Amino acid sequence: MPEPSWKEIPTGGLIVKPGNADNYKTGGWRTYRPIRDPNKCTNCLLCFIYCPDSAIKVKDGKISHIDYDHCKGCLICEKECPVKAISHKSETEIKE
Amino acid sequence: MKLALSGNEAAAYAMKHINPDVVPAFPITPQTEIMHNFAGFVADGEVDTEMILVESEHSAMSAAVGAASAGARVMTATSANGLALMFEIVYIAASTRLPIVMTVVNRALSGPINIHCDHSDSMGCRDSGWIQIYSENAQEVYDNIIIGMKLAEDMKIRLPVMVCQDGFITSHSIDVVEPLEPETVKNFIGEHKAIYPLLDVENPVTYGPLDLYDYYFEHKRQQVDAMWYVKPTLRQIFADFSKISGRAYDIIEKYFVDDADQVIVTMSSTAGTAKAEVDELRKKGQKAGLLKIKLFRPFPYEEVSEALKNAKHIAVLDRSLSFGADAPLYSEIKSALYNQNKKICSYVFGLGGRDINLEDIKKVFSEIQKLDNTCHDIRFIGLRD
Amino acid sequence: MIELTIIGRGGQGAKTAAQLLAEAAMETGKYVQSFPEYGPERAGAPVKAFTRIDDSLVRVHCAVNNPDIVGVTDPTLLKAVNVTEGLKQSGILVVNTEDSPEAIKKKLNFNGKVFTLDATRISIDTVGKNLPNMPILGAILKATDIVPLDILREMVRHKFEKKIGKDLTDKNILAIEEGHKEVKNA
Repeated sequence: MPEPSWKEIPTGGLIVKPGNADNYKTGGWRTYRPIRDPNKCTNCLLCFIYCPDSAIKVKDGKISHIDYDHCKGCLICEKECPVKAISHKSETEIKE
Repeated sequence: MKLALSGNEAAAYAMKHINPDVVPAFPITPQTEIMHNFAGFVADGEVDTEMILVESEHSAMSAAVGAASAGARVMTATSANGLALMFEIVYIAASTRLPIVMTVVNRALSGPINIHCDHSDSMGCRDSGWIQIYSENAQEVYDNIIIGMKLAEDMKIRLPVMVCQDGFITSHSIDVVEPLEPETVKNFIGEHKAIYPLLDVENPVTYGPLDLYDYYFEHKRQQVDAMWYVKPTLRQIFADFSKISGRAYDIIEKYFVDDADQVIVTMSSTAGTAKAEVDELRKKGQKAGLLKIKLFRPFPYEEVSEALKNAKHIAVLDRSLSFGADAPLYSEIKSALYNQNKKICSYVFGLGGRDINLEDIKKVFSEIQKLDNTCHDIRFIGLRD
Repeated sequence: MIELTIIGRGGQGAKTAAQLLAEAAMETGKYVQSFPEYGPERAGAPVKAFTRIDDSLVRVHCAVNNPDIVGVTDPTLLKAVNVTEGLKQSGILVVNTEDSPEAIKKKLNFNGKVFTLDATRISIDTVGKNLPNMPILGAILKATDIVPLDILREMVRHKFEKKIGKDLTDKNILAIEEGHKEVKNA
């Protein structure tokens, strides 16, 4: 989509539609993909707290999935996991 | 009702009648009196203003930007080094399109340190994106602040306005001022309408995000566009203002210019002194005239070009310098006249508050009669050679 | 246009006197301007304050260089400052001094009108302090008729009563009246 002209954008550099960071898919920045083993995971939610990109998704008090559209692959979750339930793989090894 | 007020008191009265929501302020000579007087109005409950006494001018303008973003009508004032300290946020106020009105009591910038009048402070901000209006006397200070508020808040413009007056010469001189009724001012400026106020928590917005090469240029283009609306809008506001005040203004003021052979172009209080000398010379038969530039940003190129079309000799009197280049006002006037073959000369006067009197003006009118070619050197009035 | 300069020492009220005169003149329907010369002033240093009075808007914004009237609030200033510099030939000089107008005329070699009064003594007798500006104001009104005395009196009452109280305001007004009464001319 072409970017809008100066006549079409809000003045003053304002961003007037909130929550649009969601539209910016930072998942493409990732070299390593964190992979969670649901059998080992105790749902302590430490990874959820530490994730700088809010990419660990929680539903009803339990981790539902990792949001790979926004996960940048920093692997902080893997480092912090107390039960080693998170490991990683290179993106080159991932076949979609 | 006529009151004997200094330029600073006139500014404080205008602020009182506008009754802004927020006034962040930091003292600096010769502006201090404005806030001193206004703080009195706040303490006496004569205004509803939240006054914020900040720790520096950088903070004053930052608080002004914050409050205006939140949706408040905001005013402040400063001078010289205070304006210099604000500089970073002065640009942010303009580019964030916040209709802040600031009185600048013109004072020389250090160094060496000097507290008296020249225009080096506000001229340093001429490219900041603020509208700049210069006042000849205390009455104009009062009127320009009210007019400036309405101009700043115009929906097509939404730009901050600097209302300038000459430090000490105007700010500390008692003059006759006829303020309007507070109710009249209130109706004239109308209710402040905030656009995307931060305090509207139902509709969250982001102010001041990172704006790189993909959007920054477009935002600058919008500022150019907003400036285009200033002249027609200001003319309309002047017309409306004359209905409530009986005082007629224009973005330039022609004083015996139309048939004049020799014209002085200048701004602020010196325009008054020059008018008095024009009267004297006219009595003696010399066709002298004075062109006062009231609106400096945006600059009225077409109006100046039209006004000076009959003038034979033109002297532009600047109260500031641009070292190694043309003085600011001269540069604009020369630019406005680029397709007219005019004899024009640049004069610089009054730096650091040096007095300019009728004799000085008379001498300029006499000197420029002998101009035979464009004068390339700056001439200095009242300088010891 | 009438132009007036008051020469004083910092703290003697030259600025206040010039301003009061302007405000009182405005009450009579005139256009006015009043401003001090701002320098690195401190108590005791020679200072000047100016007033312009006209029937139409005062447009000039330069210092007063050729006054019609000069008021001098301190006798020692005659030695420190050339008080008649720029004063018009036919001008009026009002001086706080114990000397006679004739003596001052001779001393300064000035041929205009000279008025003298002991404003220091008057202010000490009335206000209780050496604040010669009020008697000088009274003397200027006597010497020039630029503003009626009762208008100035009302102006002082209006401006001062809230600030300094009724008692001290009355004393200041008395100082003006005494200056008006005692001034001698030649």
